[in-house]
Formats: sequence, C-alpha cells, structure tokens
Amino acid sequence: MSASLATVSYLGATILFILCLGGLSNQETARRGNLYGIIGMAVAVLATVFGPRVGAAGLPWIIGAMVVGGAIGLYAARVVQMTQMPELVALMHSLVGLAACLVGFASYIDTSIAFTGAEKTIHEVEIYVGILIGAITFSGSIIAFGKLSGKIGGKPVLLPGRHFINLIGLLIVIYYGREFLHAHTIAQGMMPLIVMTVIALAFGVHMVMAIGGADMPVVVSMLNSYSGWAAAATGFMLENDLLIVTGALVGSSGAILSYIMCNAMNRNFISVIAGGFGSDGSAPAKPASGAEPAGEVTPVSATETAELLGEAKNVIIVPGYGMAVAQAQHTVNEITKLLREKGVNVRFGIHPVAGRMPGHMNVLLAEAKVPYDIVFEMDELNEDFPDTDVAMVIGANDIVNPAAQEDPTSPIAGMPVLEVWKAKTSIVMKRSMASGYAGVDNPLFYKDNNRMLFGDAKKMLDEVLVALKG
Amino acid sequence: MSLIIGVPREVFAGEKRVATVPEVVEKLVKLGFRVIVESGAGDAANCSDETYKAAGAEIADNAATLWASSDIVFKVRGPNAEEVGLLREGGTLISFIWPAQNPELMQQLAAKKATVLAIDSLPRQLSRAQKMDALTSMAGISGYRAVIEAANAFGRFFNGQMTAAGKVPPAKVFIAGAGVAGLAAIGTAANLGAIVRANDTRAEVADQVKSLGGEFVKVDYEEEGSGGGGYAKVMSEGFQQAQREMYAKQAKEVDIIITTALIPGKPAPKLITAEMVKSMKPGSVIVDMAAEQGGNCELTEPGQAVVKHGVTIIGYTDLPSRLAKQSSTLYANNLLRLTEELCKTKDGIINVNMEDDAIRGLTVIKEGEITWPAPPPKIAATPAPAASAAPAPAAKKAAHGHGGSGEPMPTGKMAMLIAVAAAMFWLIGAYAPAAFLGHFTVFVLACFVGYMVVWNVSPSLHTPLMSVTNAVSSIIAIGALVQIAPPFTADISRPDGIIRWVAVVAIALATINMFGGFAVTRRMLEMFRK
Repeated sequence: MSASLATVSYLGATILFILCLGGLSNQETARRGNLYGIIGMAVAVLATVFGPRVGAAGLPWIIGAMVVGGAIGLYAARVVQMTQMPELVALMHSLVGLAACLVGFASYIDTSIAFTGAEKTIHEVEIYVGILIGAITFSGSIIAFGKLSGKIGGKPVLLPGRHFINLIGLLIVIYYGREFLHAHTIAQGMMPLIVMTVIALAFGVHMVMAIGGADMPVVVSMLNSYSGWAAAATGFMLENDLLIVTGALVGSSGAILSYIMCNAMNRNFISVIAGGFGSDGSAPAKPASGAEPAGEVTPVSATETAELLGEAKNVIIVPGYGMAVAQAQHTVNEITKLLREKGVNVRFGIHPVAGRMPGHMNVLLAEAKVPYDIVFEMDELNEDFPDTDVAMVIGANDIVNPAAQEDPTSPIAGMPVLEVWKAKTSIVMKRSMASGYAGVDNPLFYKDNNRMLFGDAKKMLDEVLVALKG
Repeated sequence: MSLIIGVPREVFAGEKRVATVPEVVEKLVKLGFRVIVESGAGDAANCSDETYKAAGAEIADNAATLWASSDIVFKVRGPNAEEVGLLREGGTLISFIWPAQNPELMQQLAAKKATVLAIDSLPRQLSRAQKMDALTSMAGISGYRAVIEAANAFGRFFNGQMTAAGKVPPAKVFIAGAGVAGLAAIGTAANLGAIVRANDTRAEVADQVKSLGGEFVKVDYEEEGSGGGGYAKVMSEGFQQAQREMYAKQAKEVDIIITTALIPGKPAPKLITAEMVKSMKPGSVIVDMAAEQGGNCELTEPGQAVVKHGVTIIGYTDLPSRLAKQSSTLYANNLLRLTEELCKTKDGIINVNMEDDAIRGLTVIKEGEITWPAPPPKIAATPAPAASAAPAPAAKKAAHGHGGSGEPMPTGKMAMLIAVAAAMFWLIGAYAPAAFLGHFTVFVLACFVGYMVVWNVSPSLHTPLMSVTNAVSSIIAIGALVQIAPPFTADISRPDGIIRWVAVVAIALATINMFGGFAVTRRMLEMFRK
C-alpha cells in the first residue's frame, strides 16, 4: 500500500470516528455510531499494518499481540456487570495511559528517527509531554479503578500541604524537562525521563486519592479526556495526523463531559481536582446559622409504600448509586411495569451526577429494560414535581438535598438538585440515616411529606413488588 | 401500664359526630392504648358498637362509667357542666374548647386539675401541625356542605344546559371569604357547573381561587388584609366602603351567596345588609357559614333556615355534623396524629411535652394550671419569600448545565481568552517549524470538531460515549504499530529488540482496549430499547 493510499485511509478513519461520536446524539443512531467506530478502527489498523511504515518482519508480532489483547478485551466486555461499568472504563483508561508511556519510551530510544535543531527540540518535548500525560492517566486510572471497585476506600485521602507537594512535583518535572532537552545521548536523557515518569505516576495517584467518591463522575470523564490527550501527544511525536485528530476528539469529549459533571454539582473543575468534598478544614460541616435540620423522620413500611404507589397517578422514581450497589434495577423495572399496567404514569428522573460515572443510571435502567422514553433528565421533569403524587428516591442523597437551594451555608449550596420534596409525598429508600458522600445532612428526610423506607434497596423493593402484586 | 382513651357520646343537641371511628381505634390500640367507647356514641355517624368492638374497643354502657374509667377523653364539642363533673380528677381531655369564648369552662376544668388540649388552639402556621388541624378538616366539610345546602334550597340547576325543553342558564354563586371553607365551597360549586366568583381581603388567595375554577373579584381599594397565622384582619373604613359597594353589586347579579368571613376572637363582619338581601332575585339563597359568630348577613338566624324578602337564608351552625361520617373520620384522624405526637414511644403513655411548639400551643390547661394563650411559636410564619427566591438562580444554572454554549460568555472574559489564545498562536507561529504547524492546525481543528459533536450527545448516553471514546483512544496502537518493524532499518543502528518488545506490549494493551471498548459499548447500546 502506498503512502498516499495510507493517508487517504487515515482520512476515512477520521471521518468515521467523527460520525461515531455524532451518532451517539440519540438512542436510535447510537448503535450505528458504534459500528462506524469499529469500521474506522479496522481501517486505521489495516492501513497502518499494510502501509509503508511497517515491514513484513513485524507481522507475526503484531498478529500475536493483537490476538492476545483482543481475546482479553472481548472476554472482559462479556463478563462485566453493568454495575461495574465505571470500574471497567477506569481500568481501560489506564491501559491507554500505559500504552502511551511505552510508545513514548520506544520512540525516544529509536535512533532511526533523527532530527536536528528546533525539530529535535519539539520532538523531544512531545515525547516528554506524551509520557507525562500517559503516566498520570495510567496511575490515576488505576487508583480510580481501585476506588470505584471498593478496593480502596472512597473517602478522600488528603496529605498535609498537598498543593505544595504538587507544586514541587511540577517544578521538578519542569527542571528535568530542561535537563532532558539538553541531554546529548540517549543514556543521558534517560535519567530525567525516568525521574519525570515516577513523579507523574505519583502525581496521578495523589490527585485521584484526594478526590471523594461523589466526584468520581468528574474524575472518570477527566481521565477519559487525558487518555485522549495522551494519544494526541503521541500523534505529534510520531507525526501521525490520525492519532492527533482522534486524540483531540477523545480529549475534547472528555473535557466537555467533565465540564457538564462539574456544572451539575455547581463546582468548578479546579476545586474538584484540588479534591476533598466537604472535607476541607474550613468546610461548614455543622452550619453555625442554626440551619441544622431538626425534627424527626417518618418511617414507612414496604406495604404502605406499595399502597402509596398503587394509589398514585403520577410517580417519579429518582435512582442513585444505592440502586446500583443493591443491583435493584430489575426489581425497579418490574414495579414500573406493574404500575404502568395499572395506568400509573411512571417516570424516571436522572441527575447528571447520579452514580459513579456520567450516564451510569441510564445504563443500569437500560440493562433492566426500562423503556428509555420514560427516563428523563433533571431539567426535563424538575418542574413536574408539584403535580407528582409520589416521588420515590432509591439510594440517592445529595442529588435530592433541599439544602442545596435553601441553605446558603451548606457545602452543596447552589448545586442543582431534583426537587422531590415538592411532590405530594416523597419516599426515600435508604439503608440508614447516614449522610451522603458530601457529608451533608439532608433536611428532606425531616420534611412532613417525606417517608423513609429503611433497608437494602433490593430487599425493600422486592417486598414492595410482592405487596403490589398481592 | 397503658392509658385508657374514652370516647363518650356527644351530648350537644343535634351533634351527630363522634371523636373516633373504628378504623382509628385499631391504630390507637396499636399505639398501646386501651380504647373505651360509650354505647351508641357512633350511631349517628354510622359507626355501630359492634364495629368498634371488632376494631378492638371496649363498650361502656353509660357516660358515668366511661368518664370514670378514662385517663384521656376524646370529644368533639367542649364538655358541658355535667360532663366536667364526670371528668376524673387530673384526667386529660382533648376536644374543641374555644378558650377565648369559654372562660368559665376553662375555670371549671382547671379546678379539676385536668390537662386540656384544645384542638382549636393548634398553632396552624406550623407546617408539621397540619396533620392535626381539625379546624381545617371541619372547615373543608362545611364548605362542601354549604354548597349542597344551597343547591337543596335553590330551585334551579347549577349547570347551564341546552335541553329540548329550553335553555337553562348556569347558576351564579358568589363566595365571600376564600379560606379553607370558602375554597372547598368554590371547588364544589364549580364542579356542579355553576359560575363561581369569590372575594377575600387577602390578595394572595386569588391564585388559589382561580385554581379551583373560580373567578376572583377584587375590591377596588388598595390594602393588604393578611393578619398573621393565615387569618384575615379587620380592614379600614375606606376599604369596607369599597367592599360594601362590590357586595351590593354582586348581590344583584348572583343567585347564591355563601359567606365564610370570620375574624378570630371577634364577631363575624356584617357583609350582607338587609338592603342587599332585598335587591337579590326571588328564589336566591344565602348560606351564612359564620352564623355561629353572629353571621355575615344581617338577617341570619343562627341554626335556622328562613325565607326573607323571597330569599332563603341558611344559618345552620352544624354543617360538619350534617356530614357526620365524613367529619368524624377526619376528626378521628386528626386526633390520631395528635396522639402519635403525644406518644412517640408507642407504649400507650402520653407525654405532654411543653417544649414542642405544636403541643405547647394546643395545651390550654396543664395539670390544673391555665397555660392559655401560648406564646407565638419560635419559627417565623413566612419563610416563603426567601425560599422561593433561592431556587430561581439555581434553576438558571441548571439550564446552563448542558444544552451547552447557549449563554454567551461575558465580554471581558471572552476578550481575555482571545488575547491569551492569540499570544499562544503567535509564539507557536514564531518559533515552531513548518512541519509542526501542519499537525498543530489539524489538532486545533479536531478539538473544535470534537467540541461541536460532543455537545449533541444525549446525557443518557454519556456512559456509552465514554466507553466508545475510550475504545477510540486505543488508536494509540497505531503509534506502537509503526515502531515495531520499520522497513528501512538496515543502515542505522537501532535497539530493535527492546523497541519490539515494548511495542508488542503496547499493542497488546491498546488492543484489549480496542476490542473490549467497542464490545462493551455494543452490549450497552443493545440494551437501550424503547
């Protein structure tokens, strides 16, 4: 295959990738979008393998590596539970990060590519930056994976003077970057490169460790963005436009997702990355203004919940991470079906940061075969709560916290929330009275029209289902 | 030891209500109380002794036994002198008392060392007290019944009809006072098909009137009539003049007038004069729901329905009692909620906690000591304006949350961004070699394409978007592929072995991602079905 033909194939692949992302704009075209992505990837890989820059000697190696990798990937995709999606995605980001690092190192020791002057400097800066981003993505994703799968505690771990540590790290990285550019031989340059990689790895760990569980949607989408930038940096390094374009697409998509998630929590990106929700020393865990929610909660039984649901005309269900943990989505679907047969208008209200990654709840509900046309975003149905008879909150807390609107001293003040307390009755399903990830008490629980259904979401919903059938 | 709740038969002439119903007895028993009901107490409200027994109550043959054995007495009307005599020394009584109007009764009860909770003294502005608010539940019933009484006395249909026998115009109903009773009347009359108009000195109820299908008639005079605690206050002379003119005009036009105007602790305002009654069409009806407090109409005779100047004036004072089953059930539920508040431990013992705002307000006599009137509750009655102001900016922010770049950035910020971008571009243009610039162009444009495309992605597909972009980012495999075996390595020394192994690992990692990412996205998207 000639160089021109390979370039044209790359162009085709680029277009296919853009169509792939564009296809996800709605459910009908999403499957086709995924197909475009697969075709684009196949075109890109084949064009490279049979292109001018890969010799025949490499073929067996390539095929071997791809068969092994492909088998592992397909197996993982088959066995993963939908509730484990965030972990899987985080883990996969780490792979991209690691691959970017490896490619960077390989490129540096590759003496067959010789540059001089400004070109050499730029090439080396690209290598340096590529490895830096790759290493941060790698270690950050591993930690995110650990947190999401519960292998590492979800609470933010904050070292004293963490901003200072980060700053020192950055200065060292810049210093060694200079050293690296001034190195005359590869052996000389290797040392700064390795030191920088170690610092980048440590930085990735440190950064994600400091971020609380509730901010995970931001972290996951941010790492997604990083993996894209890593690919783009590699593209610069290897002078490959396809890599640059694709990396930029992925990078900007991740960045936008992070932005959306931050907005949904009314926080800015910097403060999320700086870490520690509600755990800053100054955070008003106990507001001095006496806005402490007082009163008592009204518990309710599963049977009474079933009665309330059965008698309602309009029901809105607000799922949260608790539903994912309890794997209750199938029971939720059964209840939804039953209620809809009885003529109850059941809808789902999804907060943008419900769960542990963007769109987490939608995937779980889709897995349980809840029709997607009754699943709505927060903004689409927030106005409908006053006309709703029953709002059922399943394992969510901060995203339905009225303190966000009512108490300006609350750490989550200003965060858009689902206004479930405006419904005639709200039922909150929860294991205990513990506060959510933000560590903020929830005045919703003490409202007059709120009922608490304590217990494991799955078990309670099963009982509600039985009571509804009976 | 659990306490005994006694429910005597109401002795007031014509009173058909009873303070508890069988369904509520069950729940009281669950709270740990014993319940004794006087024989025949619920007969007039269609609750027989048998149904009480079935619900777990005991039946006392006469009032004397009942009063003697009860620790707590539930009643509807306040007790008469004889009943006070029967009340056990140090006992507890829960009923309507109206302490302001009945100072003697208060003294008698205090002499008995009783604890008395007057359901009418509930601090109604506490939102958590609403479930115990018997005044509201009774007023709702009265409003409904007032319309029914009016319909009964009125010689025509309420709704307009076109029949073969001719056209029937709809009845016009005017309701004075849009409190709980007034609103219930508006809803009932509107449902019967009448044209409903209503007026209230409190301007804020206009929306509530409209929501029930009524038309709000304004008095042509500026004055705000909210008197705190949800009641109206006495208005100025100028306002009253304007109001009278409005009423006089309405009286000439409408067929039915229902008046509900009450001012706490004062005689009811005289809204309808004899002149206005005379000006009404013959066959019209006036229902005066304020009859007990003297009536809103000058010609009302409390407790009676009379015809004067061809207009039927209904001054019944027992409207809730005329719907005995319904009002007994609601009243019993109000008392049940109150009992729950008193007995949080659910062990059949009550605790009259004077620290609790709601209980404090209700308790007019505590162990023989008169504690009425209660100080106003600590919580401000109108936190509403502050609360309603807060959500507005939040909602605006939410709208900005996605949907994207709808709102333009502030000019200053935009200018700064452009300046920074221009400086960066200049630096790159000045120092970078041509080859780099080509790639850089591609990079910047791709960022913009990504930006444009991704904003359109539906939020419900964010997870698939992440997994597909993740799969796409495994394009990094290309980087490893070109390193594995470049075809022209013969002349330049190159550490082939190391590079090859590193590249192989990189390819394998990227491929896991490539296949895994697309497969899992596919699996997810398969699930999104209508």
